[in-house]
Amino acid sequence: MNKHLLSIHDVTADDIVRILDTAESFREVGSRVIKKVPALRGRTVVNLFYENSTRTRISFELAAKRLSADVINFSTGGSSVAKGESLKDTALTLQAMGADAIVIRHSSSGSPLTLTKWVRGSVLNAGDGTHEHPTQALLDLYTMRERLGRLEELRVAIVGDVLHSRVARSLSFALVKMGAEVTLVGPPTLIPADAPAWGVQVSYELESVLPKLDVCYMLRVQRERQRQQYFPSVREYSRLFGLSAGRVGMLPQGSLIMHPGPMNRGVEIDSDVADLPQAVIEEQVTNGIAVRMALLYLLLGGGAEAAWAPGEGTNEQEAVPAAREGAA
Amino acid sequence: MNEHILIRGARVVDPAAGRDEVADVLVADGVVAPPEGASAGATVLEAGGLVLAPGLVDPHTHLREPGREDKETVETGCRAAALGGFTAVSPMANTDPVADHAGVIHEVRDLGIRAGLCDVFPVGAITKGLQGEAMAEIGEMVEAGVRMFSDDGTAVADTRLFRNALTYARAFDDVVIAEHCEDPALTEGGQMHEGYHSYSLGLAGRPRESEEIVVARDLAVARLTGGRLHLLHLSSAGSIDLVRRAKAEGLRVTAEVTPHHIAFTDEHLLTYDTNFKVNPPLRTPEDRDALRAALADGTIDVVGTDHAPHAVEEKEAEFDLAPPGTIGLETALAAVLTHLVGPGLMALARAVEAMSTVPARLVGAADHGGPIEPGRPANLVLFDPDAEWVVESPFASKSRNSAFLGTTLRGRVIHTVYRGELAVADGKAQR
Repeated sequence: MNKHLLSIHDVTADDIVRILDTAESFREVGSRVIKKVPALRGRTVVNLFYENSTRTRISFELAAKRLSADVINFSTGGSSVAKGESLKDTALTLQAMGADAIVIRHSSSGSPLTLTKWVRGSVLNAGDGTHEHPTQALLDLYTMRERLGRLEELRVAIVGDVLHSRVARSLSFALVKMGAEVTLVGPPTLIPADAPAWGVQVSYELESVLPKLDVCYMLRVQRERQRQQYFPSVREYSRLFGLSAGRVGMLPQGSLIMHPGPMNRGVEIDSDVADLPQAVIEEQVTNGIAVRMALLYLLLGGGAEAAWAPGEGTNEQEAVPAAREGAA
Repeated sequence: MNEHILIRGARVVDPAAGRDEVADVLVADGVVAPPEGASAGATVLEAGGLVLAPGLVDPHTHLREPGREDKETVETGCRAAALGGFTAVSPMANTDPVADHAGVIHEVRDLGIRAGLCDVFPVGAITKGLQGEAMAEIGEMVEAGVRMFSDDGTAVADTRLFRNALTYARAFDDVVIAEHCEDPALTEGGQMHEGYHSYSLGLAGRPRESEEIVVARDLAVARLTGGRLHLLHLSSAGSIDLVRRAKAEGLRVTAEVTPHHIAFTDEHLLTYDTNFKVNPPLRTPEDRDALRAALADGTIDVVGTDHAPHAVEEKEAEFDLAPPGTIGLETALAAVLTHLVGPGLMALARAVEAMSTVPARLVGAADHGGPIEPGRPANLVLFDPDAEWVVESPFASKSRNSAFLGTTLRGRVIHTVYRGELAVADGKAQR
């Protein structure tokens, strides 16, 4: 595995299988009474969030804490410029404080890659602008594999504002890498013109796609896009591309409905649809913690010399001697 | 001035005189003189293997003074120019205050005279404050010596205003209206060429059509008005086709390309390196190849550096927050030699024509661009077309945002003669 996770292009198909398998063994930790293992004890993980995102930050925070890492949350609403300190100076400060991993969320595409120029630790992209959100894609893959038993040849539609969606990019790249068949669905204004070069299909008609799906993945559509004239009205968007109660019946039996959250109930997805048993939106959230634990564990070199390996107990007494052995 | 410089055995490439031959050239008392008149104490430059050409003229520079002297001053910019083989530069009007009246024009030119490294021919703004709303006092600036007017940085979006500017400028001899061809609505928020890479990188695009739309409109307005139009830093293959047709039709139009647009493509943005963030953006290999061919065949008339210095902290930032632009004065000639002349895509004489002879006429630099004949002011460059070097910081420019950083270029300026004196000798600025 690479030292950083900036994009799905940083991982191979084999890496993805390894990440999902590792997550599998970590998920059990979340069901224990004491939800903690000493895998990253003494390591420091910084959550550097330039964009508000409660759910992703909490997910990363929980993941790091369940691995016994020290977690620092560094959040700022505006951009670095508005804040007065540059990304570079913030990075150098965190570097000086000895951060082992920096989880970054930023409104500017490419910021995580830029950050790697100034820090020695691992950088994890928790969503950058309209570029990528690789950990979301991996937790989505985990959820699909767990529910449907495979990723190869899964038929997945990603529906909505693909143009501005970092989730859609990462998920498309990851699914194509794993041999799934991806169709991007949305109004032509919100589908990148060159998307077929990603190895995906494109459709402008949701209803013709639904009957052939294993997974219908709905994207959040921001109302701001109406003001920017990407579509005439939220009403019309919903009529053409919303997953309504009526359309759910067109999905094959056993297919999944997914959404990265937060949902706009009544816009891209009907409220009743979001609460159906086949909608696994909360499972995605739960799985997110395990997948992010796996990523932190693997990126921080949790492999060979780790004090603890997945599957071991929570008892620190067992783990510490192993660490001494490794040190000797 | 009483200095004699005898340049011996250089290959003299002088398109204005239709000359390309090995010869001796004497510089005496600021002008070119017959070589047999050299005084006994003349400085002798052994120039075997070097090319002697008329000093280069950059019709498109940003010197940042007044206003952003932390990025560049007229003096540091002129030093960078001299080191790049230029004897004249035309700084654009987007200073603070804007060069939209004679006061700033005089100030910038005087700063150039004080620096004494090359001639400075300031460009005047087409509209007051570059706001695109009201025509600047073009007549006053013409009296102050301005020949080129431009709102470089943005297009003049108001077609009626643009029509009137092109028409109004006809009152003055040899005055040219130069356009930055990008449709503001189509490029708003755009960070790079719109295409496969922009979609994958998640960066908002600036489609090539945003340029072609303005080129097509401007050519139509040139036809309507009979005005003299110059199209800055073209980047798209489609624009070339439009210009080629307009020239065949007989419209009074010239066009420019930058060294970075003939050297690089949008693939260079894959690492979010902000030194490759420029407006108009670097486009595809097909566009780059079309630009190269168009410069070689004369459809594109001139090379302009669009030297755009920016502070380190501005460029070492998030990609969408970094300002667009690359510096270019110190690398322009080498870039053209490396990417066009070296591979045989363009004759050396055509390179000199596009970087000296034609831009000198464009900006009204009568003492520049050759011919290298007795009695003519001695503004000359001597360069080694085969010397390889790696582009490294620091530069003579105050800034170091060069898209060419770390690349190997072939061709290096050795001496620059400005008004009969060595502004650059053995690759070092003399003041």
